[in-house]
Amino acid sequence: MTEFIAPAFSPAYPEIFLAIMAMILLMLGVSTDKEDYRSISRFSILSLIAVGMVVIRLYEGGVTTFGGMFVVDGFSSFMKVLVLFGAAVSIGMATRYARRERIMRFEYPVLILFSTLGMMLMISANDLMALYMGLELQSLPLYVLAAMQRDSVRSTEAGLKYFILGALSSGILLYGMSLLYGYTGTTQFAGLAAAFESFSHGGVPLGVMTGMVLLMCGMAFKISAVPFHMWTPDVYEGSPTSVTAFFAIVPKIAALALMARILTGPFGNMVLHWQQVIILLSVASMVLGAVAAIGQRNIKRMLAYSSIGHMGYALSGLCAANQTGVQAVLVYAAIYMVMSMGAFAFVLMMKRKDRMVEDIYDLSGLSKTQPMMALGMAVIMFSMAGIPPLAGFFGKLYIFQAVVNAQLYMLAVIGVLSSVVAAYYYLRVIKVMYFDAEDEALDAQEDRGLNLVMMLSSLSLVTFILVPAPLITAARLAAETLLR
Amino acid sequence: MEHIAVLSPLLGALIAGLFGRQIGDGASKFVTCGLMTVAAIASVILFGSVCGANGEARPVIDLFTWIASGDLKVAWSLRFDELAAVMVLVVNLVSCAVHYYSIGYMSHDKAQSRFMAYLSLFTFAMLMLVTSNNLVQLFFGWEGVGLASYLLIGFWNHKDSANDAAMKAFVVNRVGDFGLALGIFATFALFGSLDFDMIFGAVEIMGGVTVQFLGMSVHAISLICGLLFIGAMGKSAQLGLHVWLPDAMEGPTPVSALIHAATMVTAGVFLVARMSPLYEMAPDVRVFITIVGALTALVAATIALTQFDIKRVIAYSTMSQLGYMFFALGVSAYSAAMFHLFTHAFFKALLFLGAGSVIHALSGEQDMRRMGGIWKLIPSTYMMMWIGNLALAGIPFFAGYYSKDLILEAAYASAAPWSAFAFWCGCVAALLTAFYSWRLLFMTFHGKPKSDEKVMAHVHESPMVMMLPLAGLAVGAVMAGWVGYDIFTGEYRDAFWGESLKVFAENDSVLAAHHVATWVKVLPIGLAAAGILLAYICYMRARHMPAVMAATFSLTHDLLQNKWYFDEIYQSLIVSPLKSLGRKLWKTGDVAVIDGMGPDALASAVVDASGHAGRMQTGYVYNYAFAMLIGVVVIVSMFVLGALS
Repeated sequence: MTEFIAPAFSPAYPEIFLAIMAMILLMLGVSTDKEDYRSISRFSILSLIAVGMVVIRLYEGGVTTFGGMFVVDGFSSFMKVLVLFGAAVSIGMATRYARRERIMRFEYPVLILFSTLGMMLMISANDLMALYMGLELQSLPLYVLAAMQRDSVRSTEAGLKYFILGALSSGILLYGMSLLYGYTGTTQFAGLAAAFESFSHGGVPLGVMTGMVLLMCGMAFKISAVPFHMWTPDVYEGSPTSVTAFFAIVPKIAALALMARILTGPFGNMVLHWQQVIILLSVASMVLGAVAAIGQRNIKRMLAYSSIGHMGYALSGLCAANQTGVQAVLVYAAIYMVMSMGAFAFVLMMKRKDRMVEDIYDLSGLSKTQPMMALGMAVIMFSMAGIPPLAGFFGKLYIFQAVVNAQLYMLAVIGVLSSVVAAYYYLRVIKVMYFDAEDEALDAQEDRGLNLVMMLSSLSLVTFILVPAPLITAARLAAETLLR
Repeated sequence: MEHIAVLSPLLGALIAGLFGRQIGDGASKFVTCGLMTVAAIASVILFGSVCGANGEARPVIDLFTWIASGDLKVAWSLRFDELAAVMVLVVNLVSCAVHYYSIGYMSHDKAQSRFMAYLSLFTFAMLMLVTSNNLVQLFFGWEGVGLASYLLIGFWNHKDSANDAAMKAFVVNRVGDFGLALGIFATFALFGSLDFDMIFGAVEIMGGVTVQFLGMSVHAISLICGLLFIGAMGKSAQLGLHVWLPDAMEGPTPVSALIHAATMVTAGVFLVARMSPLYEMAPDVRVFITIVGALTALVAATIALTQFDIKRVIAYSTMSQLGYMFFALGVSAYSAAMFHLFTHAFFKALLFLGAGSVIHALSGEQDMRRMGGIWKLIPSTYMMMWIGNLALAGIPFFAGYYSKDLILEAAYASAAPWSAFAFWCGCVAALLTAFYSWRLLFMTFHGKPKSDEKVMAHVHESPMVMMLPLAGLAVGAVMAGWVGYDIFTGEYRDAFWGESLKVFAENDSVLAAHHVATWVKVLPIGLAAAGILLAYICYMRARHMPAVMAATFSLTHDLLQNKWYFDEIYQSLIVSPLKSLGRKLWKTGDVAVIDGMGPDALASAVVDASGHAGRMQTGYVYNYAFAMLIGVVVIVSMFVLGALS
């Protein structure tokens, strides 16, 4: 019997701290008589911020622990900071909305904390088992969150759909993992990479390729790439808007990080094999994201398709499979997150006579009644459409640069063309706000927090061109650690 | 000094055009007129120094390089040789008079600073044209004056007729400009340079060069000259490309005086004179110019006989006089053509501004049939019109006498083919000119008043700001002839023109003109006197005569009244077919084929696709799961098939 040696815990301090905080808050919520939603969400935000600080302060370069299952490097730190920031903002954005929609249960922020914990584990996963554990830990709270509004049929339907399809995707993922394990005899990323290297001299067994494809399909579900996107519009529309905001902002970043790590790490020697799959997913997502959104009147559904399209662009950056590609993806993910925050803050402010409205045409003449709100949204929409000099333009620019450098010209052309088509529905929002006849005015804004989020979001999109260096540099450093 | 003469109008145009709203109409007028006065004084001084230089060439002033691309080097420069100095003098003097006149004439207009800005812009463009040292800057000025002309013809843009006229002027000029542009290309192809000095220096060497075109061998320099002349025909309203000039009278009268009488329309004459070293090498083209010029002089004069719009009569008169200048160019009498250009600028501007004064007095009436009986009411204007007419008809000792008679004599004396034809056309036109001029005078000022009482009660002499420019031009119309005669065409002419005009000794018709028989010298005067007498009989004594004549020769009268049907012929032969072709291309070519299969089809395809994508979203979980599984199957089988093959 081998002696048990305690693994080094220090690299995982942030995750451990977050887990403890989440459980403490859960206990607090259960034990206090009054469901004190407000203070629990405040504590949640504080703990997320604290974890973020810890992530930044404790970073000491690439370390693995727990027998090589857990890795901390520049890339994971960058992504974790993004995820923690996104989660904190989403909890903050939800406060007022939750009270009005009567989903003010203390479990809400706690579930977000657990899901965030899962994402952090995913990001740091260095082993198929750790990957799966992180993935499930982040997914399960999401299913619950989607169904948070128990007395709404649409919300429960969304939760159920998400759960069933999520389970299916997990099944596909696990099947792929088992095939990989069966052919290579290891679940560790490093081991897989070594095994694939040996394959590259001979032929790659069909089973390995199938396993790889199934694994990618399972992950594609998480970032809702076409054709694994079907859940997205329904869940986005059905879930409470604050939950949708969280869905759009955070989990995609984590899934993208996971995908980047797997494709460049264990599958790094198989680029020529997986590149075709990712190109296919990317093209399908970009085109469908552009085309299908045109027919939508519901702004949440429209943003769902928009996020599908954005993930398509991010994937095409991964296709480049080199450092500039990953760097472009990281920059794109960060900008996408900021844009989504602003857009959903705007959606959360859309109410008339104290009822939430979601139709794009409810915004008619908003520029007259709420000029600042309309201006902020206009900036965000322009940025999503990729109009210079806003940040969204640069995000796409870096992606296309990487794609062109990798000589994937066709992919770049399709990307540019579909961004032209997509511009239509972004610009339509602006057209409705600025040029359509004034409709009944939306309610005046009492929620300063949401307003602040949207204004900061649009402000940072505008000013990105002036100070792009911090984000670009951080992304470059992160990408370097991933692709040494 | 050169800079001041050329650039002050630009400054005025910029100030009035860009800041007219801020500084107000009064300040705009002050600035543009002030700067124009400065430019005029500068150009008088320059002319004096050029006259005193005894034919020594002044150095070309290079402003800065414009284009430098391979062999093509083009600079912005000011070439103040004698030819340019004459043109600058004419342009700036007349423009200055017109600027001042406009203060009064446009005083009720809403957009006065815009008007003044356009006038100054025009002046600047014209100056760039005449002081150019290469064909590209000349082309810039050429298009610049075309633009200003377009803007000013359509200045009253609330009138459809003004907009139509502006477009017509622009489009017709485009035909001519096409020829000019081809001529410039051909020049570059032949000489490898567009600078005048380089071209003129190499002209002897290139004299024998021919090019193959459609299996024919064409004399290269003749080709260039012909193409350039097409440009000149458009700008100077020669027969065929003249249809825009009468319509251009839709513009305010000061515009007609400045652009469509004194300066811009003479750009074609200037161009041919400037390129005289080339035209001397192209006798065939000069024959063509002679014929076109002679016909223009005659045809325009016949049309002027029957027109009733006072400005159109003067416009046809302008066209006729331009015809004189061109056939003078055709018989190598370049200095005579330039001399006539010089004198014509004064008396024609005077006539136009005088007509403007009449129109102003009669509250905007332009139809001579509704004028009459006002000579006692506006005696000063009346006198100005007399002076202008006397100069135009070539009555001795007025300006036109010297220049027009010289042209006729040169045509008679020239040995060039068709010069006799030009001489006789010119003689008949001289008779007609005198007739229609006095017809205009009698119908406008004499007889019974035909306007209503309200208008008649309002008849008044124009303000001083309009009369003083008239007086200035009248001085020119009286003096320009005998002052300029010796300098331009008499004993000092070789000393004056120096290198700027080139005439082969055997072609020198101006020299020969001084030795023609006496009857040739007297004939034009006799014809002019006869014309005046005839007009007096028809319009003062036997007032029924014109009607009887019109009835007797009704076919001829209709032909003239309808301006030889040029507009109608062009309409049915060119405009209508092109329009219907354009419409077909638009409806079937553009809308149906290009739009239908291009943007529209794509857009509707995207909308269709969007609908399909939306319908795929059934809401049923099993459909979604099916889609995912299909996706997995497709991707996996893609791989497996790829690996197997």
